[in-house]
This record gives sequence, structure tokens and C-alpha cells, in this order.
Amino acid sequence: MDNLIALLIAAPLLGAAVLLCGGRKLDKAGHWLGTLLAGASFVIGAVLFVDMLGRSADHRTVTKHLFSWIPVEGFQADVGFQLDQLSMTFVLLITGVGTLIHIYSIGYMEHDENRRRFFGYLNLFLAAMLLLVLADNYLLLYVGWEGVGLASYLLIGFWQHKPSAATAAKKAFLVNRVGDMGLSIAIMVMFTTFGSFAFSTVLGETGGASSGRNTAIGLMLLLAACGKSAQVPLQSWLGDAMEGPTPVSALIHAATMVTAGVYLITRSGAIFNAVPDVQTVVVIVGTVTLLFGAIVGCAKDDIKKALAGSTMSQIGYMVLATGLGPIGYVFAIMHLVTHGFFKAGLFLGAGSVMHGMNDEVDMRRYGGLRKYMPVTFVTFGLGYLAIIGFPGLSGFFSKDKIIEAAFAKGGTEGWILGAVTLLGAAITAYYMTRVMVMTFFGEERWKHAKTPAPDQPGVEPAAQTHGAHDEPHPHESPKSMTIPMIVLAFGSVFAGGIFGIGDRFVKWLEPVTSFDHGNSPVAEWTVTAATIVCLLIGVGLAVAQYGRKPVPAVAPRGSLLTRAARRDLLQDDFNHVVLVRGGEHLTRSLVYLDHSLVDGVVNGTAASVGGLSGRLRKLQNGFARSYAVSMFGGAVVIIAATLLMRAV
Amino acid sequence: MSFPLLTATAALPALGAIATAAVPAARRTAAKWLALLVSVGTLVLAAIQLVRFEPGGARYQLTESHAWIKDFGVRYELGVDGIGVALIGLTALLIPFIIAAGWHDADPLETSAGPDSSFAAGRWRPTQGFFALILAVEAMVVLSFEATDVFLFYILFEAMLIPMYFLIGGFGDRAHAQGDEAAATQRSYAAVKFLLYNLVGGLIMLAAVIGLYVVAGSFSLNEIAAARASGSLHMATNTERLLFLGFFFAFAVKAPLWPLHTWLPNAMGEATAPVAVLITAVVDKVGTFAMLRFCLQLFPEASKWATPVIVVLAVISIIYGALLAVGQRDIKRLVAYASISHFGFIIMGIFAMTSQGQSGATLYMVNHGISTAALMLVAGFLISRRGSRLISDYGGVQKVAPVLAGTFLIGGLATLSLPGLAPFVSEFLVLVGTFSRYPAAGVVATLGIVLAALYVLVLYQRTMTGPVKAEVQGMPDLKVRELLVVAPLIGLLIFLGVYPKPLTDIVNPAVRQTMSDVQKKDPNPVVEAAK
Repeated sequence: MDNLIALLIAAPLLGAAVLLCGGRKLDKAGHWLGTLLAGASFVIGAVLFVDMLGRSADHRTVTKHLFSWIPVEGFQADVGFQLDQLSMTFVLLITGVGTLIHIYSIGYMEHDENRRRFFGYLNLFLAAMLLLVLADNYLLLYVGWEGVGLASYLLIGFWQHKPSAATAAKKAFLVNRVGDMGLSIAIMVMFTTFGSFAFSTVLGETGGASSGRNTAIGLMLLLAACGKSAQVPLQSWLGDAMEGPTPVSALIHAATMVTAGVYLITRSGAIFNAVPDVQTVVVIVGTVTLLFGAIVGCAKDDIKKALAGSTMSQIGYMVLATGLGPIGYVFAIMHLVTHGFFKAGLFLGAGSVMHGMNDEVDMRRYGGLRKYMPVTFVTFGLGYLAIIGFPGLSGFFSKDKIIEAAFAKGGTEGWILGAVTLLGAAITAYYMTRVMVMTFFGEERWKHAKTPAPDQPGVEPAAQTHGAHDEPHPHESPKSMTIPMIVLAFGSVFAGGIFGIGDRFVKWLEPVTSFDHGNSPVAEWTVTAATIVCLLIGVGLAVAQYGRKPVPAVAPRGSLLTRAARRDLLQDDFNHVVLVRGGEHLTRSLVYLDHSLVDGVVNGTAASVGGLSGRLRKLQNGFARSYAVSMFGGAVVIIAATLLMRAV
Repeated sequence: MSFPLLTATAALPALGAIATAAVPAARRTAAKWLALLVSVGTLVLAAIQLVRFEPGGARYQLTESHAWIKDFGVRYELGVDGIGVALIGLTALLIPFIIAAGWHDADPLETSAGPDSSFAAGRWRPTQGFFALILAVEAMVVLSFEATDVFLFYILFEAMLIPMYFLIGGFGDRAHAQGDEAAATQRSYAAVKFLLYNLVGGLIMLAAVIGLYVVAGSFSLNEIAAARASGSLHMATNTERLLFLGFFFAFAVKAPLWPLHTWLPNAMGEATAPVAVLITAVVDKVGTFAMLRFCLQLFPEASKWATPVIVVLAVISIIYGALLAVGQRDIKRLVAYASISHFGFIIMGIFAMTSQGQSGATLYMVNHGISTAALMLVAGFLISRRGSRLISDYGGVQKVAPVLAGTFLIGGLATLSLPGLAPFVSEFLVLVGTFSRYPAAGVVATLGIVLAALYVLVLYQRTMTGPVKAEVQGMPDLKVRELLVVAPLIGLLIFLGVYPKPLTDIVNPAVRQTMSDVQKKDPNPVVEAAK
């Protein structure tokens, strides 16, 4: 059975190799091969899951040592896997949602001449993501970690001929590399502390290390998580990443890869539990991002960017939950899974809308689409109800638990966190209702819509139309696209109930992450009631603003906050001024200095000894013959020195 | 007497060089095939070395020893340890690819009025000369990895400058933005700069070599090391330090270490891409190799004394090289500055004086050779298509030549040390090995991985993505010959990234020896130490 673990990764890896190295001959069948191998991986995952369920809770962890990777004196890096309840959860999510999105892409990418390559990249992503969650040590996890970064880079920049896509891809990789630096340093500290970076050693011996070292490891892991999971201050890449094809946004930038940071923190729970100060930082990062993403989500007119803001915000909830320690880990993962369903569903719905609307992404040019796209409308609607936490649907169970856990943190902190998570729930309801209303209800604004010039003020640069300039003819998408949406809608509706009722999910994960009820100062029903009130306020405000009044085709100027939020709260501007401009000045002056100063000083020093500089300058001016002289001079010196030595 | 395998591995390319040069002017293609055949034969001999080398056996194996200049005890003494045999393998591996990639680099120009103006017609046969010089360099580099006599090593270290000088100065890119005249001038400048920098380094080393002989009375590495270990040879602290500095200076010029690096961008920029690979992937490795073999073994105390300064210079090299790479407009100079950054990693790993650092540094030498070859050779193919080295002259190549773009990207990803590819293994080992002794240096050097991503991805974005530029339109994709050059290198990058064990098995014992030479032990993990 444990041999299957390697096969789980090997299947999509094989697909990637075949699809990327194979020539145009594979164009006809490439997408089927890719989908088949993703499906195979899911089936293997399901078999392993059934096998795991057959064993008692304490005997569910399976390990498999494959080979010794980097054997160097005092340094042991292995390729080995560890499949426990936590990684199992991810395996099913990754391969399940992954397979659905492969199927969806068959239709979505039908007219793209590079569809084979697209499926190759998707398979590569699956393999890397599975490696990330199955590795039994941090160094191998790092391989998967950067591997998903590579797949993300390739897929964001899939339409490379668009400069905006190429730039977004590069930005994503670079920002992620800053996070990777954190992971790299964390592993180095682990090595010098424990002499190993295997989960078993590091997490087992955390108590033996000084709190200073644990703090360093924890903070560096958090930095890594911030990069991958788009948490403040490394969140800036996620919005731009929407340049990628929509199935990519659904799989990588909503359901799976961006949640890797939550996995990392949960996996390293033992370290974080040992240093409460770091946990506080984790909570702060999560809380800030939760609000940041939600505010940005309210201001975007690009449907994908609005959803990206939402993703950021929801992951903020998860990170906040992991920062609460054993009270929160289980619920962070539970929200991660339900979020995987409904957010993937929402993105696929957005893709379906774009598919029918000439690739238009600006919601101000949508409206009234429910009549034309009934399946998309219903599935998107269910995803919408799930994310805002409508009672009985998935998000209601998972988000409610996080809010409860935030109160259960206790003390003033608990009250603050509880209040912020409630506020977040209200904003979530607001921006999601806004998306829903602008897209599916109201006036049909796409009729006779003129495409505004890209440089027209008030229009987001990203909201330019990519498609044709004709009036769109909205229509429902083909079956290959609607079926995955329907399946995900089922998940959005029922997953929460299945996990939440009877504490099934808690019992499932507790052996790995441990669990603690905490002491909530607020009764459970009070929290639920408060959540529902917040939800209603958010929905009400959005309906009042966007449902009751006509939506202007061009965004109004808006308040200072709105304008800032449209620009991702100015973080990009800050980056541009400080990092990009500053960096350009730095490198330019260094290039100048390298030529004039370093070269000059070294040559000058040499000149004072042997006239090197003068000779070089002469040559530069074209005294071609003198290099022969230099050469001869060199030879003479060598011979003279040799003779001299004979005489010694 | 057994078959002198080490001599043969160097003699074959040396004889091949003479034979190639002797091929009549009209039979250019024959000369190319001869050179390729010889380089493949050398690769076979190097492979036999690797097979016959026993990782657990004596420190120096396959040894040969003959008297040479009796008056001074100079001996023709050869032997390989794990580090040497790995680098001979790298050299022998890369030369056939360099020859194949440079197949048309020395063909006479068809369009211009006469042959290249820098060579008088008839007297010089550029094609034969080009390939003969490459083989000559190979012979000397291989022998320098084998030499265990200090004087023999010195002669080779200096002598290899001569063929390199002609390779840089004589053969440049075909089309040059500023015209042939300016190109020739810049080439000459680069070649002379290369020569003078390295000659000055060599001369200082010569003084140190003589000094060593005066103190130790021998040129034999083994004798001196044994005498030092047994205590029969005592060196005054200052003498040792001066001698160390003399050796180190020469190696730091060759490696090159900041601030002695400025010859490299000129040389790599002006030389053809295959020659640039020869410089950075092969010849420069003699410098870092010699630090491990000569500096640490002959002068362990002085090495430890100089370590803090060298580690700082290495960290500066890493960051400085990477920042300058970001600022370059010329593809080849960008790769050159990236190499400077990578040499910083190698030198930092050597002088961190930990097992991981030194094993990492040795692996780094091999992996950097392969990854730079992959990136630079594809860059060369790209440049030969458009006739420009400027990044801004490209754009959208991915659309018209996807295979070229794909291989370029993989070469770039190897350069930025993506996990799964070989350079990651070595870079991480160097970082961990440095961090465990010098945490601050380790952390600062880690910044290098962000900068590496920056210069690689910016280069890729500007050349390969975006709208297709008019001049790029119709650019042909990789030809079969070019693909045959790149594909095996990429295969090797992946293999050594996933399964570097064959290489570490060879290198580890040698590193253990070097660690005992300098009498250093790895720092213990904190938790274990507390127990």
C-alpha cells in the first residue's frame, strides 16, 4: 500500500514529462492524457483513503522511504513520504478539485493552440503540490514548494505574448522567492539546531531547543507562508496572478497552492505552539490580511480580481486560525477544504461567464446574466451562499468555527479577534453580494456597451477588454465546463455539514494537529446569531447600493479609500517606488561604479606597478599591435622568472 | 608498469590539438570531426578514471611519478582525489558540447570581402586553430587537476593562458552592433585584460611557489603535506601567511573573486558563447579547485587565519555579482556577472570549513559548469540568429521558437537554483554549511537566491515573452545539432538534481581529508550538544 504514495506523484509527473517533451503529434490527445492521469492520481488517493479509514486513529500514519537524496557528512536529506490524516486531506482536495479542473479546461481551452502545453503545466502543478504535502522532511517539502511556484509562474504567464501576463508571472515568482528565502533560512536554523530537518526530529524535539531558535524558525516559516499564501506583506502578487487562464486561478490561486502556507503552519504546529509570541504575529498577519483582502475585494470591478481579494481574505481567516494554536488548526484546515470547493466553484463560474461574454472581466459590463446562463447562475449562486456563510451551507460551518475559536482565544485579544472576524464576515457578505448582483441581476449593461479606451481615466488598467469589441452574446458553457461546476456546487453545499456535524472533521484531524476547545466567553449560539446578523447587514448594504440603483458603466471616482483599494491599498505603488525604482537606481549606479571605480582602482593599482592601465587604454584606442608586445612581455617575464629560479 | 591513465587523459587532447592544427586548410570539416572525436575519446578516458577510482581508497589514486628537473626536485607527479576526478569528468564532459556548439563559430565569413581581417589570409587557419586551441586548453586543464607537484601545477596554470588568450582575442561574435573594426578592438582589449590580470596573479603565485621551495625544499604536495602533518616541517606564522596570500591571490583572480573580477565580463562578453563557457565552466574552476587543494592543504593555519576576510569577500561577490547581472543590457555579460555571484558561493563554501560547505562547493563547481553551459550555449544560439547581444533587441522569441525558449528557461531555472535541478543541491549545501559557522554570512548570501530569480526572469521576460519583434519574426527554432548539445545537459541537470549520490559518494571522502588537513570539525547541532 505504501508504494502507492509514490505512484500518486508519479502519475501527474509522467503526464507533465510526456506532454511537455512530446511534440505536436500529441496535440489531439494531450488533454485527455493529462486529465486521465490526474484522475488516476485521484483514484489512488481514494484507495489510500479507504485503506486509512480501515485503521484505528492512532495507526493511520504511513511512511515510505524512497531513497537517500543528498548524503553528505553530517547532512542527511532523503526522499521519503509521510501520509497522515493531514496530508490525506490535502491529497483528496488537490487531486479531486484538480481532476475537475482538468475536465473543465478541456472545454475552456478548446481553442487555444497550446492546450497540450497547458495540460502539461497543470500536471506538473499536481505533482509538485502532492510532493509538497507528502514530503516527510522540510527540504523535500521545499522542492514541492518551489515546484508549485514554478508551475504557477508558467501558468500565470501562459499567454506570454501579453506583456501584462509575463510581468504578473515574474512578479509572482519573485515575491514568492522572498518567502522561499524564509523557508530556506528556517531549514538552515533547523539543521544547526537539531542536526536534521525531518518532521519527526524537528517536531519531536522542539522542546529541546531554546525559545530564541524556535522563534527564528517560526518567524521564517511564517515568512514563507506569507509568500505562498499571499498574506500581508507579501500579498501583492495574487491580484496580478489573475492574468492566468481562469482554470488556473481556480485551482492554483484559490483552491490549493495559495493554501500551502496554512498547511506549512499547521504541519509545524509543534514549533508555533512552543513560541506564543510568534503565534501572536501569525494572528496579526492573518487578521490584517483578512481585512485587507476584503476591502480590496469590495473595490474591484474585475470579477476575477474581486474574487482574488476574497481568496486573500479567506486565507487570512485560516492563517488567523492557525495562529490560535490547537484551538484553531482543525478549523483552519476545515475552512481550507470547504473554501477549496466554493472558491474553485466561484472561479469556474466566473470563467464560464467570461467564456460567454467575449472574455470580458469588468462586472460593470455584466448584468442580468441569470437568464442566459442558468447553470452558471445556480452553481455560482450556491458558491456565493456558501462563502458568505448562509446557514446550512459549507462556509457557515467552517467560518463560524473560526469565529468561535477567535473568541475562545480569551481575554481582550479574544474579543478583538472575534469582533474583527465578525466584521470580516459582514464585508465578505457585502462584496460577494456585490459580485452576484452586478453579474447576474439588474440591467443588461453589456447591450450596446462601448468598449472604453484603455487610457480613459477611472478605468482600471486591468479592466481593459481582452476580447472582441462586438456586442457579446451571452450563452451557457458546454457540458465539460458545467459538470465540474455542478460537482463543486455540491461540495459547497454539503461539505460543511458533513465535516461539521458530529465533529467528524475534528476527530479525523485531532491525532495529527491536536485539539483544544478553549474557553469561549461567548456561547456558541450567540456567535452564530451574531454571524447571521453581520451577514444580513453586508447583504443588505450591497443590495441597497448595487441592486436598487442602476450600476454606472464607468466606475465613479469614489472615496479616497475606494480609490486606494482599487490600487490594492497602494501597496503596489509603494513597491514600485521603493523596490523597483530604488533597485533600478542601485543596479545602475553599481554598473557605473563597477566600470569606473572597481575596474579603475584595480587597473590603477596595477598601473602604478606595471603601466597596465596605459597599455589597456592604448589598446582600446586601437593600437592593435601593442597586444603582441604585451604578450611577448608576459612570456619574457615567465622565462626570466624561471631562469632566475634556476639561479637561486 | 600499469597503463598511465592520467597522462593519457591529458595527452590525448594534447596530441589531438596538434593533429587538428595540422589538418590541411581545405579540409575544415574533417578538422572539426577530428576534434570532436578526440574530445569524446577523452571523455571515455575520464569515465574510466571515474570507474577505476575507489571512493574509500587512498587519498590520491592512479598516481604516476617521474623525475623531471632533477636539480630542483621538480617531478612529473600525478594523482587524483575525489574532487579532482569529479572536475576532470566535468571538463571532459563539457568539451564535446563546446566543440559541437561552436561548430560554425570559426568558419570563414562568406559575406564579407575576405577572411576575418584579424588574421592574414593563408598563414592562419582559423577553423583548425579554433578547435586545436580548445583541445589544448582541455589538455592543460585536465593535467592541472591531476598535478600533485606544485611546480608542475604552476606551469600549467600559466600555460593555459596562452591558448585562452588566442581564443578570446581571435574569435568573436559574427555580427557586432558597432561594426567589425570596433568588435576587433574590443576583443583585443578583453583578451589582453584577461591575460594581464591572470599573468599578474600568476607572477605573484610564482614568487610564492619559489618561496615554498625555499622553506620546504620540495615541490611535492604529498611530501610537504606529510612533513607539515608530522611536524618535521615548521613554517613561521608570517611566512605561511605570505605564501598563502601569494597562492590565494592567483586563484582569486582566476576564480574570480570580488574585486578582481572585472576581466570576466569583458572576456565572456567578447568571446563566442562556447569559449565563454570554456572560460567560466572549465578554466575558472582551476582557481577554486586550487584553493581547496593547495591553499587548504599546504597552509591550513593561514587559511583559517584568512577565512573571515575571504568569507566576507565571497558574500560581497554573491550579492554584487547578482546586482550587476540585474543591471546588464548584454546577455553574455549578464551571464558573466551571474557567474561571479556563483563563484562567490563556491569560495564561501570552501572557506566555511564545514563538510557541507566543501562538499557543496565541489558539487557547485560541477553543477555550475553544466548549468552555465546550458544557459550560455542556448544564449549563443539565440545571438547567432539575430546577430546581437543586446537584450532589448529581442522580444517574443517564445512564440516563434518555443523549443529554444524552453531550453533557455530551463538553463535559467538551473542558474537560479530551482529545487529539482542540480545547482539547488550544491547551493543549499553551501548555504547550510556556511550558516552553521557564520550565520550572518549565510543569511546575507540567501538574498542571492532572490536576486538570481530577478536577473534570470527579467532576462527571460525581455527576450522571450511579449509581442514578437519584427527582427525576431521568422527566427528558426533549435536545429538538430543544437538540440543534441542542449538536451543531454538538461538531462544531466535533472538527474544530478534528483540523484546526486553518485557524485557525493566520490566527493565526500576527499572533503573528509581536507577537513582533517585544516583540523576543523563541523559544529554540533545545538540540541545534541546540550545533551
